[in-house]
Amino acid sequence: MTEFWKRFSKHRGAVAGLVILFLIVLLAVLAPFLFPKSPWAMVQRPFLPPFENATYFLGTDTMGRDLASGLAHGAYVSLLVGLVSTVVSLLIGIPIGALAGYFGGIVDDVLMRFTELFQSVPSFALAVVLVAIFQPSITSIVVAIAIVSWPPVARLLRGEVMSLKSRDFVDAAVLSGQRSFTIIWRQILPNTLSPIIVLASMMVAAAILVESALSFMGLGDANVMSWGYIIGAGRTVIRQAWWVSFFPGVAILLTVLALNLVGEGLNDALNPRLSRKGRQA
Amino acid sequence: MTRFLAGRLVRAVFILLVITVSNFFLIHAAPGDPAAVMAGESGDADPQFLEQLRERFGLDKPLYVQLGIYVSHVVRLDLGYSYRQQLPVLDLILERLPATLLLSLSAFAVSLGLGILAGAMAAARQGRLSDTLISLFALIFYATPLFWLALMAVLLFSIELGWLPGFGYETVGAGYAGFARALDIAKHLVLPAMTLGLFFMAVYVRMTRASMLEVSQMDFVKTAKAKGLRPRVIQRRHVLRNALLPVVTLAGLQAGQLVGGAVLIETVFAWPGIGRLMFEALSQRDYNLLLGVFVVSAAMVLLFNLITDVLYRFVDPRIRVAS
Amino acid sequence: MNTIGTGEKPVIHPGSLKRPEGEPIVRIEKLSIALPEGADRVFAVDRLSIDIHPGEIVCIVGESGSGKSMSANALMGLLPDLVTVAQGRILLGGENLLKLSANALYDIRGRRVAMIFQEPMTALNPLMKVSAQIEEVFEAHGLLTTRERRQRALDLLEEVGLPDPQRAARSYPFQLSGGQRQRVMIAMALALEPEVLIADEPTTALDVTTQAQILDLIRRLQRTHNMAVMFITHDFGVVAEIADQVTVMQHGQVVEQGTADEVLLSPGHSYTRKLIAAIPSGMANERPAKEKNATGPLLHVEKLSKTYFMGSGLFGKQRQVHAVKEVSFSLERGETLGIVGESGSGKSSVGRCLVRLQDPSGGHILLDGEDIATLKGEALRAMRRRIQMVFQDPYSSLNPREKVGRIIASGPIAFGEDNAAAYKEAERLLELVGLDARAAERYPHEFSGGQRQRIGIARALALKPEIIVADEAVSALDVSIQAQVLDLLEELKRTFNLSLVFITHDLRVAAKICDRVLVMQTGEAVEMGSARTIFENPQHTYTRNLIEAIPGRAKEARIAALASA
Repeated sequence: MTEFWKRFSKHRGAVAGLVILFLIVLLAVLAPFLFPKSPWAMVQRPFLPPFENATYFLGTDTMGRDLASGLAHGAYVSLLVGLVSTVVSLLIGIPIGALAGYFGGIVDDVLMRFTELFQSVPSFALAVVLVAIFQPSITSIVVAIAIVSWPPVARLLRGEVMSLKSRDFVDAAVLSGQRSFTIIWRQILPNTLSPIIVLASMMVAAAILVESALSFMGLGDANVMSWGYIIGAGRTVIRQAWWVSFFPGVAILLTVLALNLVGEGLNDALNPRLSRKGRQA
Repeated sequence: MTRFLAGRLVRAVFILLVITVSNFFLIHAAPGDPAAVMAGESGDADPQFLEQLRERFGLDKPLYVQLGIYVSHVVRLDLGYSYRQQLPVLDLILERLPATLLLSLSAFAVSLGLGILAGAMAAARQGRLSDTLISLFALIFYATPLFWLALMAVLLFSIELGWLPGFGYETVGAGYAGFARALDIAKHLVLPAMTLGLFFMAVYVRMTRASMLEVSQMDFVKTAKAKGLRPRVIQRRHVLRNALLPVVTLAGLQAGQLVGGAVLIETVFAWPGIGRLMFEALSQRDYNLLLGVFVVSAAMVLLFNLITDVLYRFVDPRIRVAS
Repeated sequence: MNTIGTGEKPVIHPGSLKRPEGEPIVRIEKLSIALPEGADRVFAVDRLSIDIHPGEIVCIVGESGSGKSMSANALMGLLPDLVTVAQGRILLGGENLLKLSANALYDIRGRRVAMIFQEPMTALNPLMKVSAQIEEVFEAHGLLTTRERRQRALDLLEEVGLPDPQRAARSYPFQLSGGQRQRVMIAMALALEPEVLIADEPTTALDVTTQAQILDLIRRLQRTHNMAVMFITHDFGVVAEIADQVTVMQHGQVVEQGTADEVLLSPGHSYTRKLIAAIPSGMANERPAKEKNATGPLLHVEKLSKTYFMGSGLFGKQRQVHAVKEVSFSLERGETLGIVGESGSGKSSVGRCLVRLQDPSGGHILLDGEDIATLKGEALRAMRRRIQMVFQDPYSSLNPREKVGRIIASGPIAFGEDNAAAYKEAERLLELVGLDARAAERYPHEFSGGQRQRIGIARALALKPEIIVADEAVSALDVSIQAQVLDLLEELKRTFNLSLVFITHDLRVAAKICDRVLVMQTGEAVEMGSARTIFENPQHTYTRNLIEAIPGRAKEARIAALASA
């Protein structure tokens, strides 16, 4: 564990990312206490520019709603959707990839054709179609994002499993009488953990981007405040009130950036190039 | 080569067929009467038109019969009729398609070209200031929401600075023709193509840089050094060429995202392509049009994939010669 | 301070000091190369001094981690980024290479000093034609016209003995075999007639017959071009074959230096003696023939075949590869059978069919009379405990995420044994293979290659098998470790009355431990007999070629004679 932190903290960007991420999580968790009023409540005159009123320091939107409150409550939604949809897509992608990689042959063929199908479809367009048809809600958004983002998980897992399967220790497990399920569970999956963790951190970032884009297109859950929605609502008044679209965008940018940096740090810490050492004669 | 192309075409047709079938089920999964869904009016469509739809698509028949009828229509390129726009869906899409192709192809070309160039530069100067700057730039654009970037570009370059037009495909009513018109369209194209391209450029920069650094650890690069070749030649001839293979593969996989990104960009810039059409269909709840656009965009992705596959075979002799 | 551990002084023979001609072309003086912080030692190379004269082959010998390759890279100016030269000089014709500018080094590389590498499979650019890669050498130094370069490339390919130079020139590397690629590498290195050739384990990745050809080629070219050669190797057989001068390195330090005869025939340092003693002699001991069991052999293999189908799919053409063609043999209880062959001979496929990691395409495998070739499901699983395997690569054969105890115990547990009992047995087995019982609580990465191989053997024993198939079980180990692991296998075999199928490419190893040997070539069994008969009176041409190709046989015989006298 200390070795892990040593390698992770060598990546200065990753440490910065971790700090930013921590602050955003804090903001999301504390939102109901910092801004107890509903983010939908009209609190001031519309089009209040930022830094003019100390209470509403980020200004208000077209309806006189507090922008800062919207950002804080939106953080919760973004993180939640990113996290849950990533977990769902891991739950779809890991079994498919593992089965395809381990059994090969016809199982692999069928599962991979299925995966390719999803990869050949423009993923954002598919998400739009799914959310539109099943009516916008947090659930439909999470499911739609999961459906368009699992194929990379399956492909990663398949590749990892195929390469692990060719290692002698899997053959040894077969010879020692272990059954396929035990071998996948005990021998193979534990060895795929690090690439999965790295990919997952990047996927949360990507999911936050997709969620914001959906909300921007007007496909957000009508009951929750989200960053994408605020940008979309501010779009038509961008000449008069640039700040309404500007700040939520910065929030998304920072969150996604932080997650990507953490992902890079995790990659450095979990997948060191062991092979390159040791082989030097 | 012909065998390879034939194989890919069969695959593409198969994928389109599966998408069509799932579209059919999506229409039935949508809440409400399928006829109303197809009409795109959520209930208040002309009853006569709904009756006509029910008859044409056999909506009172068993599900598998309906499926057969629906697929046979799509196979004949009959994507239905948009009641809202009073035009066949296919006509609507075909009218908008050139604008989308122009936008996504130019964004693709710009992002791939510049991305590889900048990525190669960063890798060659690993650890120096130019590398840090390029990597930072890529990191930021990789994390920027496309639609927000587009809005900010409009705000800055169009509204504040007034350098470039921020909306539309060409100046309406200007009556330009020939070269003047092309120039006018090009001006309108700059902002949307650049914003769409920037995100993907960031992707290719990161990929090219990582791939080049990996290739430069390989044995044959050491061989090249042992020959006495200068670093510049080694980078270009040995490292870059080998590093491009995964980038090309990625570019193919990214095609789907590029088309998806075009939807957002067209929405912001009022670019009259199929992405904008999709947005219109959404706000009018014209599901039939929505699904039509979806099928066509999937076909576009398959075309992109085909192009990168051919490109890959051109670059890698192991595949070219072996087959 | 001096030699790690023993404190024994390095042995410098007079032959390394008295050299025939005048100035050396390469003089390395007290060279020290520092490793990055946190490495297992301070210096990769510690005060190394070597002279190389024109027309001389100097071998640097050592096991992995001895710093031998690092020395070669330093001479080429191609050290990895993280290591630095701490002190010393490298003189090429009197000029200190360590003081030269980058530009001056480009001019020297390829032109005055050339290098060939261990892995011919990865040392060539996969996307460039062979001819273009050779022409590049001239281009790098601004020599000749395009046309002349092309012609020279062809001449060079011919000189290094490629059968069809025209065709080779037009090929991509993936279309050539390993031996052919190494010839291309040599052609490239020779292009500008360098004064010094550095060969870094150039034959280690090759089959024994190919190795003999490449060694011949290097020796011949070295004579005709009067080159100085720095030859890095771990194999004293290769040293005996090719060296004029020898430097033995251990942990970055020189332990012995002298002429080939001095070092091979009267090694002064204990480490050198250990290395030389560890080489299997290549002479088979007489072993009493195993008495035939009244009920027939333990294992009887009849017309075993394995065919692979490649490149299937909707549009691809299917290709068949006959890896094993109707091979038959039998194995008595308590016998060791060697299966010997080069890569592509099908020896590993035979092994994998025996343990049923692969399904045979045809034939029978009778274990105590029962055909196990077609067993499936639970019956197959039940059979598995009777035949176990020891694998080649000690690094990939142990799950990095499982503790050693669990690795060994998981077999018995899978067959329903109680967990506690299985773990207790695992500890006993660890002691049996010469490790501490506490090793059970540790992860594989905490062990060396040799120790890992012992763990692999303990795992195979855990199910109390009757037969163990050892697939190149010692090939990945340093020679001194090889000998220990072979001894352990011998001992265990006797203790448990095991039968052993020993698959190897190394005839010397087979000679050392096998009762009988089966020689395979391209999927067919070409010769079978007692180890002694095979070595002393080989009948098949291929077997004779294999034996003749063993490097350093003549000299080894002399060493052996001296040792026994």
